[in-house]
Amino acid sequence: MFNFGLVTEWIDNWLESLMPQWAATTVECLLIGLALILAYSLLALFYILYERKLCAWFQCRLGPDRVGYWGLLQVFADMFKILIKELISLKGTDRFLFALAPYLVIIASMLVFSNLPWGNGLQIVDFNIGVFFMIAASSIGVLGVLLAGWSSNNKYTLIGAMRSGAQMISYELSVGLSIMTIVLLAGTMSVSELVAAQADGWFIFKGHIPALIAFIVYLIAATAETNRGPFDLPEAEHELTAGYHTEYSGIHFGFFYLAEYLNLFIVSGIASLMFLGGWMPLHIPGWEGFNAVMDFIPSIVWFLGKAFFISFVIIWFKWTFPRVRIDQMLALEWKYLMPIGLFNIILMAIVVTCGLHF
Amino acid sequence: MELSVFGVESLTLMVVALLTGAFLVFAALLIARLISPRSFSVKKAEPYECGIPTRGESMLQFKVGYYLFAILFLIFDVETVFLFPWAVICKSLGTSGLLAVAVFLVILILGLAYAWRKGVLKWQ
Repeated sequence: MFNFGLVTEWIDNWLESLMPQWAATTVECLLIGLALILAYSLLALFYILYERKLCAWFQCRLGPDRVGYWGLLQVFADMFKILIKELISLKGTDRFLFALAPYLVIIASMLVFSNLPWGNGLQIVDFNIGVFFMIAASSIGVLGVLLAGWSSNNKYTLIGAMRSGAQMISYELSVGLSIMTIVLLAGTMSVSELVAAQADGWFIFKGHIPALIAFIVYLIAATAETNRGPFDLPEAEHELTAGYHTEYSGIHFGFFYLAEYLNLFIVSGIASLMFLGGWMPLHIPGWEGFNAVMDFIPSIVWFLGKAFFISFVIIWFKWTFPRVRIDQMLALEWKYLMPIGLFNIILMAIVVTCGLHF
Repeated sequence: MELSVFGVESLTLMVVALLTGAFLVFAALLIARLISPRSFSVKKAEPYECGIPTRGESMLQFKVGYYLFAILFLIFDVETVFLFPWAVICKSLGTSGLLAVAVFLVILILGLAYAWRKGVLKWQ
């Protein structure tokens, strides 16, 4: 497999031959920042088009098809339009918190985004507690949502933010528990080691029953945590206008929109990292020829392919299930997913201790 | 600290990611402020609620149910923090570690059962 670490090492050596160490490091940090912004905004644009097209096909429509070939330029036009919209300042808002909320939402998703393994050697931040850091950083986003709703001086946004907050913190527990199940199996929290441990088979196959349960619980909890699909009641249009971001206009609203789509990519990325091997190709022990063929597909294609597939499933949920009520949603988490998650951890611990996994 | 891309420490790169996020918001807001139109009217500054003027304060007390779920969340989130270190070294701890954590988990599940019994989990 091609190692992208060679490319960054070559750039590193070249920069250090041109300038002193500190200047080279600064330039590298700027390069990484630029790469992050590019990847972040391009992925968000791709996801907006992806969802609009998929929604259209689920409803037997065509979707955007006027701007550019096959509607490809529609998202760029939308982004430009949202940029030239007026930023309305409202009466009675808490100005500081109102301005702070989009920062928190974007920073939280950017911190998690920088942890994802894009390919062989294509990972920006690699902590030894990487997975734990991701869970911790993603919970900052809840704070942004709560602040947005509270500071807007509008009753609908307050209700929307409270629902959203309750939903996100509740389902975060199930996400944490199902990730912990896989950490039990792998014995490490570092993202790169997690991927390396799946070289001889993805965790969803290696950990048989508990891993499968954890995967299903994770998919449901991730859908709810990103406020999507049947769990989009913080934004229930017919009762709350638009939920916690009703009062935001122009690009201010755009940040919440951007973060929402990026969060969809992030939860899909974490699912592919924890259960489907990250950028690791499909390897079946003993099938040498098959493994060699699979190795020819670049690692970045594997990672993005898995992430887009899981996003497709999450978008699919939205068009399959009707929206739930808030009591049903909280009951699903606290009375079903949470006990299942706790028992699943004990099950996985027994499997790991007795060495029953592959 | 481990070295990551370019041989830079991961902690530094995390700060770079944080600053990048802040810069993205700041730069986009700046561009929007430069090119977007600006106008003022009293009606426009009203909250977007029903069309009639809003009544009273909007930053008011809300349903206590949310608070109860937040308290429950706190208990189980701290439990996650306790369990992650055990999860990493579960293989080497063997049966004794498994038993100790099983006792811990059972106490927690009892707590959840108590809250359930008390009707905290029922939305009313």
